[in-house]
Amino acid sequence: MSDAPTNSTPTNPVEKLLRMERIPHIWCPGCGVGTSVNCFARALDKTDIDYDNLHVVSGIGCTGRVAGYVNVDSFHTTHGRAIPFATGLAIARPEAKVVVYSGDGDLFAIGGNHLIHAARRNIDMTVICVNNFTYGMTGGQVTPTTPYSAKATTTPYGNFEDTFNLPNLVESCGAVYVARWTVYHVRKLIKSMTKALNTKGFSFIEVIAQCPTLYQRRNKLGDGVMALQYYKERSTVQNGAPTVDVGLDYQSDIIVGEFVDKPRPTFMDKYNTRMTEILGNKFVPYEGVK
Amino acid sequence: MKADPAAVATGVHFIDGNEACAEGAIAAGCRFAAGYPITPSTEVVEHIAKRFPKLGGVFIQMEDEIASSICFQGAIWGGMKAMTVTSGPGLSLMMEHVGLAAMTETPSVFVDVQRGGPSTGLPTLPGQQDVMQVRWGSHGDYEVIALAPNSPQECFDHIITAFNLAEQYRVPVFFMMDECIGHMLGKVRIPEANQIDVRERKFTERPPGQYLPYEIYSGDQPEMVRAGMGYRIHTTGLTHDARGYPEMNAQAQDKLIRRLCNKVLDHTEELTLCESDQIDGSDVTIIAYGITARVAAYAVEQARQQGLKVGQLRLITLWPFNDRLIRDVAQNTRSIIVAEMNLGQMVHEVRRAVGDKVPVHLIDSAGGAIIEPETILAKIKEVVS
Amino acid sequence: MSQTEIRICGLGGQGVIMAGMIIGRAASIYEDRFATLVQSFGPEARGSECSAQVMVSDVAIAFPYIRTSDIFVAMSQGAYDKFVKEMKDDSILVYENELVFPDDQMPKGAKKFGMPGTRIAEDELGRRIVFNMVMIGFFTAVTKLIDVEAMRQAVQNSVPPGTEEFNLKAFNRGYEDGLAQVG
Repeated sequence: MSDAPTNSTPTNPVEKLLRMERIPHIWCPGCGVGTSVNCFARALDKTDIDYDNLHVVSGIGCTGRVAGYVNVDSFHTTHGRAIPFATGLAIARPEAKVVVYSGDGDLFAIGGNHLIHAARRNIDMTVICVNNFTYGMTGGQVTPTTPYSAKATTTPYGNFEDTFNLPNLVESCGAVYVARWTVYHVRKLIKSMTKALNTKGFSFIEVIAQCPTLYQRRNKLGDGVMALQYYKERSTVQNGAPTVDVGLDYQSDIIVGEFVDKPRPTFMDKYNTRMTEILGNKFVPYEGVK
Repeated sequence: MKADPAAVATGVHFIDGNEACAEGAIAAGCRFAAGYPITPSTEVVEHIAKRFPKLGGVFIQMEDEIASSICFQGAIWGGMKAMTVTSGPGLSLMMEHVGLAAMTETPSVFVDVQRGGPSTGLPTLPGQQDVMQVRWGSHGDYEVIALAPNSPQECFDHIITAFNLAEQYRVPVFFMMDECIGHMLGKVRIPEANQIDVRERKFTERPPGQYLPYEIYSGDQPEMVRAGMGYRIHTTGLTHDARGYPEMNAQAQDKLIRRLCNKVLDHTEELTLCESDQIDGSDVTIIAYGITARVAAYAVEQARQQGLKVGQLRLITLWPFNDRLIRDVAQNTRSIIVAEMNLGQMVHEVRRAVGDKVPVHLIDSAGGAIIEPETILAKIKEVVS
Repeated sequence: MSQTEIRICGLGGQGVIMAGMIIGRAASIYEDRFATLVQSFGPEARGSECSAQVMVSDVAIAFPYIRTSDIFVAMSQGAYDKFVKEMKDDSILVYENELVFPDDQMPKGAKKFGMPGTRIAEDELGRRIVFNMVMIGFFTAVTKLIDVEAMRQAVQNSVPPGTEEFNLKAFNRGYEDGLAQVG
């Protein structure tokens, strides 16, 4: 830590964002979560966001640990509840950018109700969902995104439930920006993250990522590299694709791209507008903690 | 410091406990609330929703109580004073976030207007059945502060106390009203703002780099910051070290959990609010809290008119429980009656503190209606005869 | 008497709770005495039984529930039948005399004052909704518990803005009827 960087040892651009004293991280070799964090750091670098005004909130799970590694005000909350915590934080800190960084199980199973309401309200936050189709931290159980027939510890005979199409779900709930990439598409993901970070309102990025330890192995899909190969070969970029068409099946083609970009007033915009209309000069807008 | 004169509804009012609670919270500096409709507490947030837009505050009706009970913690870490309000089933849903507030030392106020339970139970009728739940409801060991007002005036006065204690001790503070107190109208005198002491959040004066969010620099509380001050803090519900980083082993757990408990327990005496009356030399002393204490006072008055020597102890602070206070009562009275609108909750604490020094009797109720003063009077006569 | 126990009971929609609230406000805000109000009502917002227990006192009130009433305001026969037995000897019954018919259950020495509040509100004043204002005006005159000016102030500050005059008119109509009865 005390060694000043020199020209011969260029600092990794990601280090600026990370709590380097906490590295090595807990993610398994070949895991895709770290790649997404790398992209997030690079995306941040392309924005004007002051790191002191960037707050990261996570739930519980492998991706839920992201909050613990980013060197900004960061909150590791309870399972499924990152979004309501972030809602309170975003309202209290209108000058800040609040990012929720969590996984598919956390955000769409236990936290599903909060996600749809935050999108409906258009709370000013960016939600990054690392979708690895499994609960990694607890050992590989089925999630609302695990494709039909895929094996999990709680679906030993293959999953038989239907899944959520995440972009379609959040779009129909009112998200202003929706994109999906895999961790193979690092440049496009960075660009998309940059855009989401610069967007006012509820923005959502699904990041498809591999869990080599549990999902890949249990389904005999090989290691992390094999997963990236699959993402490379079977993904097609279709910006503006109707989200209703982007559902995923087991090892199917993957439609990636920016699907939704339609701004609308945020929760606080609408609050301020309505109260001004009704209360006139009796309305005292909340303008942040002095 | 003192309350904001622009926000305090100074004057004499005839309002119910729920509205008085809302006004008290406003006077205490609360400017964010998250809640979900539930009887019999809803009027608290309804009043807040009406008042906040004129005071620079924000109320949000969340999608459920789970969301409410963490949303307001997000606002607190954003620097606001905030609360959530609920009853019965809503309180049950909030339990995980009571633990989060305890673990992350979030200065949080939970208002609970109690009704009869379990489950949906008696939505519109009173109970005092949540006193153990607020103490033990979240998993793990932790301590909370709980206050029980017994009038609309106290709903105003003591919700301010609740906010001040939350800031001082950085623990979940429960404000334990009940349906009777919440819906009863009474005279509430709201003082001038300059007569209302409000404890501001004390932020650290250490510069970034020389500050850790969970280090104890003096006393037994860590120093707080809010998001956006440049400290780049981390908080987690995991067992953590002084940096707020996960440290999951028996030693770290022991150090942290004992500190979280002791920072409350070591201050039990300062935290004790109660009213005692004619206990010394009495034949029996009634211990009660909330609405039941008002009923008991009426019964005690009647008993005294009949020449009986009856003392009364009204608990305002329910948690932390003050054993010394109860032992002192036991020294000076010949028997104790605990009256509460549940099938026996605080009586266990009283019996534990008293031991076999004097007999401890219980007047219980499954909830739904106040305990009748005649019932208390009859028990007094039975005990002293 | 330093503490007066008042039971007001009728049907939902008659403005029972508002009547109790105005009495409580008048006493605690405009006379600087003490009052409490405890309400109970059925699950339906209209038509089911609705009861207010009001205490008015010169000192702080410990116990807000009525055991025996000093004043009973009965606005329906069902209300009368239910609560007549809690009336004290020498207490006062205030009632709507086209809806409630007092009988020999009345305690000894109790006085009764009745007026047709519903008909007056509906036919004479043109708005049934001010029935409760007529009745509390009447109550004010016959019980002399609370100063009429304090009651008028409480009425003014309890009704929706813009309706003050009309509500006061109804209050005064009941008050005059009461004065005529007590002389």
